[in-house]
Amino acid sequence: MRYLPHTQEDIQKMLAVAGAGSLDDLFKTIPDAVKVKDGLNLPEPMSEWELNDYMEKLASENIACKGYTCLIGAGSYDHYIPAIIPYLVSRSEFATAYTPYQPEVSQGTLQGIYEFQTMVTDLLGMDIATASHYDCGTALAECALIALRKNKKADKIAVSDLVHPSHREIIDTYLKPTGYEMVLIPHTKDGLTDMTALEAMDGIAGVAVQSPNFFGHIEDLAAVKKVADAKKILFITSFTEALAWGILKNPGSFGADLVAGEGQSLGIAKTFGGPGLGLLAGTSKLMRDLPGRLVGRAKDSNGDDGYVLTLSTREQHIRRERASSNICSNNGLNAMTAAMYLSTIGKIGIREIAQLNHDKAMYLKSALAGAGFEPVFDPPFFNEFVMKAPRDFNRKRIDLINRQCVFAGLDLAPYYPELTDHYLFCATEKVSKQQMDQLAKEVA
Amino acid sequence: MTQRPGTKGLIFNEPNVWDKSREGRCAISLPKADVERSPLDPALTGDTPNLPQLSELDVVRHYTRLSQWNFGVDSGMYPLGSCTMKYNPKTNEVQAARQGFAGAHPLAGDECSQGALRLMYDLERSLAEITGFDAVTLQPAAGAHGELTGMLIIHAYHAKQGRQRSKIIIPDTAHGTNPASATLCGYKSVNLKSGPKGILEPEAVAEIMDEETAGIMITNPNTLGLFEENIKEICEIVHAKGGLVYGDGANMNAIMGVVQPGKLGIDVLHLNLHKTFSTPHGGGGPGSGPVAVNEKLTPFLPVPRVEKELDTFKFVTDCPDSIGRLHTFYGHFGVMIKAYAYILTMGAQGLLDTSRLAVLNANYIKESLKGTLNLPYDRPCMHECVFNDAKQQEYHISTMDMAKRLLDYGFHPPTVYFPLVVDGAFMVEPTETESKEDIDQFIDAVKAIAKEAQTDPEKLTSAPVLPKVTRLDEVAAARKPCLRG
Repeated sequence: MRYLPHTQEDIQKMLAVAGAGSLDDLFKTIPDAVKVKDGLNLPEPMSEWELNDYMEKLASENIACKGYTCLIGAGSYDHYIPAIIPYLVSRSEFATAYTPYQPEVSQGTLQGIYEFQTMVTDLLGMDIATASHYDCGTALAECALIALRKNKKADKIAVSDLVHPSHREIIDTYLKPTGYEMVLIPHTKDGLTDMTALEAMDGIAGVAVQSPNFFGHIEDLAAVKKVADAKKILFITSFTEALAWGILKNPGSFGADLVAGEGQSLGIAKTFGGPGLGLLAGTSKLMRDLPGRLVGRAKDSNGDDGYVLTLSTREQHIRRERASSNICSNNGLNAMTAAMYLSTIGKIGIREIAQLNHDKAMYLKSALAGAGFEPVFDPPFFNEFVMKAPRDFNRKRIDLINRQCVFAGLDLAPYYPELTDHYLFCATEKVSKQQMDQLAKEVA
Repeated sequence: MTQRPGTKGLIFNEPNVWDKSREGRCAISLPKADVERSPLDPALTGDTPNLPQLSELDVVRHYTRLSQWNFGVDSGMYPLGSCTMKYNPKTNEVQAARQGFAGAHPLAGDECSQGALRLMYDLERSLAEITGFDAVTLQPAAGAHGELTGMLIIHAYHAKQGRQRSKIIIPDTAHGTNPASATLCGYKSVNLKSGPKGILEPEAVAEIMDEETAGIMITNPNTLGLFEENIKEICEIVHAKGGLVYGDGANMNAIMGVVQPGKLGIDVLHLNLHKTFSTPHGGGGPGSGPVAVNEKLTPFLPVPRVEKELDTFKFVTDCPDSIGRLHTFYGHFGVMIKAYAYILTMGAQGLLDTSRLAVLNANYIKESLKGTLNLPYDRPCMHECVFNDAKQQEYHISTMDMAKRLLDYGFHPPTVYFPLVVDGAFMVEPTETESKEDIDQFIDAVKAIAKEAQTDPEKLTSAPVLPKVTRLDEVAAARKPCLRG
């Protein structure tokens, strides 16, 4: 086996030192009665070329193998990834390192993540960003728990029903054993969180609103802030499309206390939904309540600058049962990827890509309107929007997938049963005018 | 001694990325606009984020230089106890990067995702076989997320029985994340001391196990690297009082093909694909923490589940007793591909050999170094062994000093000051992918350092000297945290 370096001679010499007669002898502290008798029942080992063939066969059973036109988002976005990103992030000094607990030989990871934290705070307009979380949904659940712990008089968290449906389910899962409760804020006929309903809610520790929301609409975060302040509760906001902040007013400028976000758009492949990148940011006031790792500046014994993991007394390995969260491994390499992506596109690129996403989405929306789709909602959006489709669209949509590998929109009915025939579309910088025109022609 | 792997070399200084920024640079070719501009309402737009402005070579050089300040498994031996820093096969990366996987949208629908679903289904079955359980979920995004999943399952099980319990037993040889995971489910941790042999004694468990206790969290082999010999009896004691046994499978690398934890009486177990199944740690993640359960707990697994019908696969969410969803989509699919590639490459015999050689390497180190370092529990170990600094204390040398000096010799230090049950712990897990020559070099380095502790202790207290920076002042950094530039 090519990963196992031991020769028979090595094994004999090492057994002699270890004082064991055979490899089996090494396991003599394990009672015989509990040992595996006939070996594990697994497929025969594959050579590397057999593995290549088999894995390509599996990959080819996914339609993505053909290179498709992706007009769906809903938490996973089809953006262009510059060649240097996978090239740099696959440097094995980054990929094969452990958590940087030994800072002297981890300065690459540490400076990279410090720069990631800095760029994320700038993107979101927040004071502090953590070194990453698993995904937006789990980061949002942690934010809900922070609000509930901070506000001991309340045992409910108000969550907009236009927060990504999966994220609401995750919050539910996290809250179930704690006795806390999630209450949903309904949406208005315009597809925005209903502020009047929020105002009427009592006994809540915090409010969570996603913007752009699951329908793609840009929420009035200033209005959410006003209600949160009046109620003296924490204002949490989330997002699934990080590139929106290349052009939109950021959450910090609206006075958000906590922000949970998905960073997959920042140079990370979709990979069937994971690993993505959970972003979590907060105000300085909440520094000691934030879950997960933080990198900070430090000096070495010569007075030179360096970086360390810091404020670890909040974390599970030190604080144990009193820790603010149990998170240990995060999505560090994807945080590094996002930092590389943000450095690559830079200040000029992020604005241009963001604007281009909006332009393409506006074009797609009007092209579909021209093809008989009904624009049901009016609020401004970034790169996602909802349309009511003509009655025979679903058949055409399946046909488009099978014939041309075009994924035209996500059926909203499974998530919002009242929205039959409504589809959520997404256009990114990758889709061309020609593809959109072609689609409009096919579905007209 | 033989030549040390660590030596001097040229590395480069590199400022923060924004210090390299110059107005007007951009490292991407901006796409041409083929549709007309649609300006957003200025009331909605904000200032452009102040990201660095660099050329492509600026970016490449920045991250190449940063990477050179890092130590990875590909750089050298990484004997970090309980972390299983084994070689990460490169073919795994090739498999995960295939367009059909990397480009797959999670909401493309079951019909268009059969390859991904089949891979997940087959990986679940393989892990169920390796662990001896009935069913597996791949959804948890990391080991601690798997622990939380397991605890949520235990919580849901007791809720279903009609009476919730309030406590959970956690031995002093368990993993560090265990108590925090239990707390998230509202359970109070009850600490249990291991016996004089470094393993749990059934009588001690029987004494505190009651009908208010939801269960016990056991790491086996434990964090002393010892197999819990009384595991079956302990499981019976806990079950007799209506409790459940949680197994932390982070140390699974010691027992693949030797023992199936599911056959020992353990009810639920998490695995770390980024430890046992060779996927890279990535400087702290992403990992993947699948959870395996017995038949009794299968209804509580998170949704969606992958099911097979004839030869097609589908996601199923209609599971009324499920604890719910734990990840926005299906977990870290990219990591699952790598772990599955590893299992397919190794086969049953390869995995058994892996555990045998991991245990051989650890016992070889234990026997070779026990005259040099103090060995608090002198018993046959599994895949890791725990020393401490008792012999070096008379020279005022600590475990930390030895760990830092190892860096100068070109080795990543072992896990230090964990497990807590050993004072000044120095926990070595070589893994099976290290050769005898590399292990001999490590042993020589530790012996040389122990000698330096007597003759030239200054060399240890001022270590390391070869890395880019010397010892960093973590206390000052935490007192006045600077978390952004």
